[in-house]
Amino acid sequence: MSACRTQIHLTVNGQQTAVEAPPMKRLLDVLREDLGLTGTKEGCGEGECGSCSVRMNGELVNSCLVPILQASDARIETVEGLAIDAELHPLQKAFLECGGAQCGICTPGMLIAATHLLAHNPNPSMDEIREGLAGNLCRCTGFIKIFESVIAAAAMRGLETRAR
Amino acid sequence: MRGDPENLELIAASSLPDVLAQMAAAPGSWTPIAGGTELMVAHAAGRLNAQKFISLWGLAELDFIRVQDDSISIGGGVTFGHIRSHAAIASDFPLLARAASWIGSIANQNRATLAGNIVNGSPAADAPPALLVYDAEIELISQRGSRRIPYADFHLGYKQSVLEPDELVLALHLPRRFSKHSQYLRKVGTRKAMAITKVALAGTAIVENGTIHEIRLAAASVADRPVRMIATEEALQGRWLTAATRNAARAVLLNEVRPIDDIRSTAEYRKHVAANLLDEFLAELNNRGSSG
Repeated sequence: MSACRTQIHLTVNGQQTAVEAPPMKRLLDVLREDLGLTGTKEGCGEGECGSCSVRMNGELVNSCLVPILQASDARIETVEGLAIDAELHPLQKAFLECGGAQCGICTPGMLIAATHLLAHNPNPSMDEIREGLAGNLCRCTGFIKIFESVIAAAAMRGLETRAR
Repeated sequence: MRGDPENLELIAASSLPDVLAQMAAAPGSWTPIAGGTELMVAHAAGRLNAQKFISLWGLAELDFIRVQDDSISIGGGVTFGHIRSHAAIASDFPLLARAASWIGSIANQNRATLAGNIVNGSPAADAPPALLVYDAEIELISQRGSRRIPYADFHLGYKQSVLEPDELVLALHLPRRFSKHSQYLRKVGTRKAMAITKVALAGTAIVENGTIHEIRLAAASVADRPVRMIATEEALQGRWLTAATRNAARAVLLNEVRPIDDIRSTAEYRKHVAANLLDEFLAELNNRGSSG
């Protein structure tokens, strides 16, 4: 049996786009293969590690668990949408300054999950940061520098105007 | 081996009646998929049994929380992210709100739905113990109509339930009469986040003047399905809350639970932890009784 490919319209980082894909193709694979947005990483492929975190209609999701059909007409935000031209997002600056990234595989997911956290809670406590990033695993940093990066970003001016 | 999406079918319907009509036309051939936190994992691992899926994501008829005078109804398609942040659920059914906050991560809670957690049928699922000690009813719907049964009668065995192939979970109904009850929920897992339960115990009770007037107990990962612990409840119901009662109840619980050895824990460990959790709840009831 072969499934029909379906045309899916979606908005990725503010740009309307359309792809033709099997409806059960993972959003992660559509982003990476069809749209060339390889910033979103695959770690575990089963919703445990958060490397593939994106925002879908403003909600944090694991893109490895979203069939593309369910992203029809959705607004998707990936790590590629954080920087505006050459200007890094405050979280990206903070991760650079505080050593929040080492090997880099978890970093896009961390940045998206942190963006989501700060959008809902501009001034999170350490416990709230730990919970907000609990679904994002890092095997390099030991997490502390990542948490410090989020605190530093929250303190940066201009964040509220950029995060939704 | 990774599953190939080219071999799978997924359709979306525009309304609940459309979904039910599809399912009625070919009962058992369509597998409903909501947030995909179970099925997409199986898909990625290449171990999906089904080939045809029908999406429930975004169906307004399944996505509601209705607060009535005497009950709260939660649609099957409501995510745990919404459940944990709903004010009336948090005040009337705090155990359910807490269980919701323990499910996976924020990203999982934004996709995982109440009906999915139930229909997936895992004995370790987080929401069922809370639903059981709140006397929840489950409402099932198909093109033939709807029916409402006690949630305690829903699961029949390991991954088996009364759900017919053409039926969906429409809603869970929780009676609003537990706000004065003492309530308990504890999950024992490997770590705080992203952990699957080794053992969990939920309880609601009313103790007055040292006597247990009413008690409900339910547990996860101690049997082939989420269970009410009726025998243990009976050992406590109407009794003075004494050390002897606590010891007797512990012995009954050790007999009542039927856990297994698996990758997450052992039957022996689960039995004793379940008994310890019961004792912790009873100690809390005792302290509350003597201070109040």
